[in-house]
Amino acid sequence: MKLTAAYPESLTGKEFHYCPGCTHGLIHRLIAEVIDELEIREKTIGVAPVGCAVLAYEYFNLDMQEASHGRAPAVATGIKRVHPDRVVFTYQGDGDLASIGTAEIIHAANRGEKISVFFINNAVYGMTGGQMAPTTLTGQRTTTSPLGRSVESSGYPLKISELLSILEGSVFIARVSVHNPAHIMKAKRAVKTSFQYQLDGKGFSLVEFLSTCPTNWGMKPVEALRFAGEEMTKYFPPGTYKEVE
Amino acid sequence: MEKRLMKGNEAIAEAAIRAGCRYFFGYPITPQNEIPEYMALHLPQYGGVFLQAESEVSAINMVYGAAGAGARVMTSSSSPGISLKMEGISYIAAAELPCVIVNMMRGGPGLGGIQPSQADYFQAVKGGGHGDYHMTVLAPASVQEAFDLTMEAFEIADYYRNPVMILGDGVIGQMMEGVVLREPVKLEELKEKEWATDGAVNREPNIINSLFLDAVKLEEHNLKLKAKYDLMREREARAELYKMDDAEYAVVAYGTSARISRSAVDEARKKGIRVGLIRPVSLFPFPEKIIRSTIAKTRTYLVVEMSLGQMIEDLKLALNGKRPVCFYGRTGGILPLVDEILESIELMRRGEGIEADCCLS
Repeated sequence: MKLTAAYPESLTGKEFHYCPGCTHGLIHRLIAEVIDELEIREKTIGVAPVGCAVLAYEYFNLDMQEASHGRAPAVATGIKRVHPDRVVFTYQGDGDLASIGTAEIIHAANRGEKISVFFINNAVYGMTGGQMAPTTLTGQRTTTSPLGRSVESSGYPLKISELLSILEGSVFIARVSVHNPAHIMKAKRAVKTSFQYQLDGKGFSLVEFLSTCPTNWGMKPVEALRFAGEEMTKYFPPGTYKEVE
Repeated sequence: MEKRLMKGNEAIAEAAIRAGCRYFFGYPITPQNEIPEYMALHLPQYGGVFLQAESEVSAINMVYGAAGAGARVMTSSSSPGISLKMEGISYIAAAELPCVIVNMMRGGPGLGGIQPSQADYFQAVKGGGHGDYHMTVLAPASVQEAFDLTMEAFEIADYYRNPVMILGDGVIGQMMEGVVLREPVKLEELKEKEWATDGAVNREPNIINSLFLDAVKLEEHNLKLKAKYDLMREREARAELYKMDDAEYAVVAYGTSARISRSAVDEARKKGIRVGLIRPVSLFPFPEKIIRSTIAKTRTYLVVEMSLGQMIEDLKLALNGKRPVCFYGRTGGILPLVDEILESIELMRRGEGIEADCCLS
């Protein structure tokens, strides 16, 4: 009998601490499956962020470094420059990457740093208890935008994929969603493409995942998936923003 | 042995390369720019990487990544830039990553000025960033010593898995002196870093981390770090004693202010004052035992600093109230002059200025 699915070797098997209905665990698994399929586990080094995924180093069965808040692309740069033949990725949330770490992500992309960045956009600060994120949607209520995000006061939700795709150094930029199986399969293909670009030595790549946070959105898991698929995608359209031949 | 006329900054850069440093991440700031410029020109010739980062914050985090990946790595900056690196240095110390950080101090606080200063002493030796940690801090007083201490700094960093700071100032960085260049280390002879993240081949994954959510585990970790600092206090404390054999009075100074103080000691000796110089070379660990060994003969101590008095606190702790301490300091980028220090030595001998701890200028 043919084995069609197994627990990825690139995950340690430690139980995830993520809330019910959160898609972090699913995204971890997609990345781990791709690492297994490409047979690069022993040459891959991951960089964990500050935020909900701060313990990612306990879940990925890989060499890992824990970065300070927002600095994962700089840490990954240090690793990749020392070991250009290894595969290096960062895993970052929206507060980490799109707020405190904007300088690091823009310059890593602009240098064409040969790393893969997995950007988890759930439009809220999860770990600290539901504050407004740079990607919080206009009108969305959070603990620091209790009346809904006001454009006048807080500006617009930041479109990272669009922003990075105009830089010369980026080679593959895609926004994916994981709210249903069809999109999950697309997301997995994007992860694979990103690693493949790195293996080919081509340049900087980023996959933005529209992700859920039922706890801080105040929704049931199924409602949260619907919100990600129907509401977030309106402002953050999924698609491939850049794919250099 | 090759001898070369070099600026202090160039000597540090050359020493780093000879110590096996192949990775440098930095950001321009006066008065240390010769270090990144030297690295930009020379590192590629050794197959190394020079990268001008987008900020000091990014540079120190690149150092974190490269150190965690097992490389000998360095960054350099000057006072305001070092403040920006402090968060990263705290993480580096916590994650026990070896690296070398150069601070060519300039006048502060704030944007301050670009003239030489020693006002970052507290920041360098007391931690600087958040949490219970120390860097190892070495303070050269000549270009030769800047070269020698930088080569040693990489050994100390690797041995203790701790960041080492070379603490100089604009004078040390900019002046030119002859330097005897030591032979380069052989990269293939460097000890393998089994803890580094370079790909988990036939072993469990290595994790570079400073997060300990369990307070019990964090306390254990901090005690482990403290054990390293205690070992450094035992083994790495060093100071130069100059004309201290019969000294009734001692000037205590490091780096540039020690060079000037040395001339003042010579002048005072000509006037028949039995005064010597204690020059701490390691600032953390502070050479407490060496200083205490002088108490038997020395009646009074004069601290000279290019600040309003920072190292004086460590001297007082070392003396523990057993001897009076005087102070002379200039700040903001002004160098103390030989005559001014001589005047302070004479005041000290007359028993004036003691207990005042004031700037005697």
